[in-house]
Amino acid sequence: MGKTLSCFDIIGPIMIGPSSSHTAGAVRLGLMARNILGTKPYKAVIELHGSFADTYKGHGTDLALIGGILNFSTDDSRIKDAYEWAKKESVEVSIEYVDLGEVHPNTAKITLFEESNKIEIIGSSIGGGSIVVTELNGFPVEIYGEYETIVTSHYDVPGVISKVSAILSNHHINVAFMRVVREKKGKMASMIIETDQRVDTEVTEELMKLDAIKSVRLISKI
Amino acid sequence: MDTINLLDWVEEAERRGISLGKLVLEREIDNSELPKSEVWNMMKERWEVMQDAVRAGLTQDIISKGGLIGGEGKKLSIYQQNEKSLAGSLVVDAVANALAVAEVNASMGKIVASPTAGSCGILPGVLFALKKHKGFNDDQIVEGLFTAAGVGIVIGTKATLAGALGGCQAECGAGAAMAAAAIVELSGGSPDQALQAVAFVIKNAMGQVCDPVAGLVEVPCAKRNGMGAASAFVAADMALAGIKSVIPVDEVITAMGEVGRALPESLRETAKGGIAKTPTAKKLTEKIFGKKAD
Repeated sequence: MGKTLSCFDIIGPIMIGPSSSHTAGAVRLGLMARNILGTKPYKAVIELHGSFADTYKGHGTDLALIGGILNFSTDDSRIKDAYEWAKKESVEVSIEYVDLGEVHPNTAKITLFEESNKIEIIGSSIGGGSIVVTELNGFPVEIYGEYETIVTSHYDVPGVISKVSAILSNHHINVAFMRVVREKKGKMASMIIETDQRVDTEVTEELMKLDAIKSVRLISKI
Repeated sequence: MDTINLLDWVEEAERRGISLGKLVLEREIDNSELPKSEVWNMMKERWEVMQDAVRAGLTQDIISKGGLIGGEGKKLSIYQQNEKSLAGSLVVDAVANALAVAEVNASMGKIVASPTAGSCGILPGVLFALKKHKGFNDDQIVEGLFTAAGVGIVIGTKATLAGALGGCQAECGAGAAMAAAAIVELSGGSPDQALQAVAFVIKNAMGQVCDPVAGLVEVPCAKRNGMGAASAFVAADMALAGIKSVIPVDEVITAMGEVGRALPESLRETAKGGIAKTPTAKKLTEKIFGKKAD
């Protein structure tokens, strides 16, 4: 991490137990998926890998993931009754096992369905409640959810990054971290931009107008 | 990458005639750029949740998610009220509280990680008992929480606070060290005495492994929280008596980090060693997860 620790990194977080990686981190993965979908899903398929798969019954990882998908925060006492709440909210949930290969032992694939849309993420709980999403709709990404995040899908051509930076700069948006990932040189690429300020739709509309940009997604801080 | 030293903070606190807790609070206000009232209230909120957890653990009928623990805190608390406890009512109450909070954690209740969920019982257990037996008010306790947080920051920076990296010495050892410092300052001890207490706890916890049965945060975690709470009081008493650690605390903390790295992976939260590999543990693991354990 490299940043100087705060008192509240030590005394905190306030959370539903038992485990910051298997419970609190799992809630945040669920929240991330919910956030990306943008609304309540009617169906959620949760596929657990590795340690998540082996120990979920003892850590309540399934409850935590479902809780996050239902938009519960990490300290919501409803988490231990997540299945009942899913039923109340008419969200169909299923838990399955999956082998995702060489990924972090605490990894899950979450597929959420709504009316006209479906999203799929692969994300890991990497310790102390921190998470990272490593795949979004089949595309490799690296999203931590600690900041407001813009995710673009664009054609990998010269000049895109500087055009995007210029738009952000014009709107006085400070970039905290930026990653660029691409499938293959000259094909589709993705920018993951974590910003200090909230980004509004005016900015995303401007970004969408750029030729090379195919889609822009806003993910708020988890 | 650690340039933080607990000794430097203690020297500054003593030079300025303030407590370590006040110094840590100042640092937090500076770094966070938040007003003092907000920083104070954030810590106060955590104290409220800690107290709720103790009360829940002592009054509710708890069974942990894995079914391995539940009710031990209540049992000890009743024993303490009815019998003359050998270790003394204050200490045994703190142990009972710590067990209770660990059970709340293990049953998906709400807790404050301090510094982790695995060690979430020690600090609340100790402070709740101090408030009850010694009559400290919430403001005094909150300042004690800043003392504890400061110790945690130094341990987290110089060594680690993660069981997966440093074993249980990094979680319950750190939690007990944080509690010991808070006990000393609340009891009117000096910042330097708080520092000595931290050294005593960590030296005692040196080498403590993380060997959780079935990989859960239940056995032996809850009881390590209990024992950690007791060790915090013993360390505080030794420090307040004027006893000093032969090895300076910052060197002790660094050593703890090194020992943590030297621990085999089997003893660092993988449930592949220690009591996690006993015949009973294997049977329990099968029972909980319904399949053959490794």
